[in-house]
Amino acid sequence: MNTDLLQLICFYLFAAVAVIGALMVITVKNSVHAVLSLVLTFFSMACVWLLAEAEFLAVALVVVYVGAVMVLFLFVVMMLDIKQEVVREGFIRYLPVGIVVAVVMLVEMLAMIGVKAMHAHTLGPNPAGNSNVAWLGQALYTDFLLPFEIAAVILTVGIVAAVALTLRQRVGVRHQSAAQQVVVQATDRVRVIKVASEQMASVSPAPAPVVDPTQENAK
Amino acid sequence: MITLSHYIVLGAILFCIAVAGLFINRKNVIVLLMAIELMLLAVNTNFVAFSRFFGDVGGQVFVFFILTVAAAESAIGLAILVLLFRNRSTINVAEIDSMKG
Repeated sequence: MNTDLLQLICFYLFAAVAVIGALMVITVKNSVHAVLSLVLTFFSMACVWLLAEAEFLAVALVVVYVGAVMVLFLFVVMMLDIKQEVVREGFIRYLPVGIVVAVVMLVEMLAMIGVKAMHAHTLGPNPAGNSNVAWLGQALYTDFLLPFEIAAVILTVGIVAAVALTLRQRVGVRHQSAAQQVVVQATDRVRVIKVASEQMASVSPAPAPVVDPTQENAK
Repeated sequence: MITLSHYIVLGAILFCIAVAGLFINRKNVIVLLMAIELMLLAVNTNFVAFSRFFGDVGGQVFVFFILTVAAAESAIGLAILVLLFRNRSTINVAEIDSMKG
């Protein structure tokens, strides 16, 4: 069996799995199953990208999406207590319009693509040469250096925003305020009260015990 | 022989499935977010295919940035979703209408 035919068979196999997974994402009842179907779709699409010789992006798709984003989705789905029947209502009502819109859009897209015309573009020699990573990395660190750094900033902003959004201020919890601890003055801690001494009839009047404010503050 | 149209048609099919998902899952925000991820995947497939067939590295670099932004977007989206569920105890899109948009 020649390599081209094998590649084509693999493409159809992975594409079929991806489409079935995508259909399951939007139709299954349980949200957890939907997330798992999306994982399947991403995995098959990573294989399709491998057939397109985009090795780095295929691995990044598996690591970033399947490893991080989908796990985040799973966390959220399992954390929220969702009533399935409430979520599912209106499914049958909107099903026809959804199918119609999707089919019309697909037909339009296919007409625009022009399947026969695009068959002229067959797979040439790999422009990346031997290493896809070197090809991508050279462009990323020379021509696209500024966007690359901005992408890092966007990720940092994303982390900060996600934490800031979900941070909960609980009432009635005792906690230290470091700012107030730093700016405290000695006079905030000790209050000097002058008390008038009482005059006893029998005892000769002694001078009232006056506390020296400077000494008191030194404590 | 895999041609460019194979990849583009696959991307179009995935995109249309995602659009259908947006229509038929009006109540569940999580599935809406997943449909958006599917759309991004379809677009990325087109980018990868064009990059490969026309020998331009810019397409794959753009996919890299789309992955970055999509990860940040889904993190913030899920944070908003958690906040919403905490405040309203629902993820029903029809009940989230306090802004009257």
